Amino acid sequence: MNSDSNSILTLGWTFGLMSLFAVGGANAAIPEMHRVAVDVQHWMTDKQFADVFAISQMSPGPNVLIVTLIGYAVAGVAGALVATLAMCVPTAVLAYCVSRLLTRSSHSRWPAIIQAALVPLSIGLMGASGLILALTSDRSWIAALVTAMSAVLAFATRLNPLWLLLAGGCLGFAGVI
Amino acid sequence: MPPDSPPAAVPAPDLPASTPPGLSALFVAFAKISLAGFGGVLVWARRGIVDQHRWMTADEFNETYALCHFLPGPNVVNLSVVFGSRFRGIPGSIAAFAGLLGPPVVIMTILAALYARYGEIDALRRILAGVSCAAVGLLLSAVFRMMMPLVKRRDLVALVLVAAVFVAIGLLRLPLAAVLLVAIPLSIAITFAMRRRVPA
Repeated sequence: MNSDSNSILTLGWTFGLMSLFAVGGANAAIPEMHRVAVDVQHWMTDKQFADVFAISQMSPGPNVLIVTLIGYAVAGVAGALVATLAMCVPTAVLAYCVSRLLTRSSHSRWPAIIQAALVPLSIGLMGASGLILALTSDRSWIAALVTAMSAVLAFATRLNPLWLLLAGGCLGFAGVI
Repeated sequence: MPPDSPPAAVPAPDLPASTPPGLSALFVAFAKISLAGFGGVLVWARRGIVDQHRWMTADEFNETYALCHFLPGPNVVNLSVVFGSRFRGIPGSIAAFAGLLGPPVVIMTILAALYARYGEIDALRRILAGVSCAAVGLLLSAVFRMMMPLVKRRDLVALVLVAAVFVAIGLLRLPLAAVLLVAIPLSIAITFAMRRRVPA
């Protein structure tokens, strides 16, 4: 019981702090989630992390809800709720305050400068997410090929992403990957 | 229209002509947006807020989204809070936030319980392995899409910053906070210096 409430506390401050550094959204924080959940806290294996990423991508709702799955794996329903709120509430409060502030002094050029400065950082973070997830998911050259095909199709066409996830699931079920 | 006509009858010219949504309307609208959004909610947020309900013009939506994108944290969650507060203050924020996150969190918790119970079944493991391969591809394509404007502008400084963050986080696996505490001030200083040198 004691270790359970300890791990809920850890979930809370880990994701609460992480959310403030999630520049560019939830997918940019995936390397940090992987580092904490797999390497530091040993909450889950590499394979389980790849699995929860897959589940979060094919479920409805914002991508950030991967933290709900991680939280559940650590401490059940309470863990799921604490992880989700910790990841979403601090930045929501920040967003509320900043939006209030900006409507009052809307002619400053700083928001535009900060925004432009953050773009390359969030692209670098997303790229790192891609690399880390590719290393955990693509265990064979066929798997890497599926990832490459999906990347090319998503980049070059307007295909609904759900079809690509479905195709990946079918190939996996057939035992190809 | 005479200038002394009652102000209530005059729709503000830069606002879309629609009554501001109530709390339950906010909750329901964001719940719908969220549940429709497989693999990215933003498209559905735009469709719901701008096209369907006409609560914002496309420009207002873009401005609000830009603000939420440069703030840390999940962008769409931030958007729901800023949007809700614009119409109904803090209660509006909470209604939109709860609508966006409540229903999918329930679904996600059920899926998590199913995974905890059945995650070892071989067929499910194979399916999830396949889905995650495809999902990684989607993420990579999003990265390429975001990089294209920088490549087209030949923005070498930005591309070096992209590469530096990629190496620090992806290859060296350094902690996020440490990397950003260096990278954010550096990037802001560089951007500021470049804008002063090249006006406009």
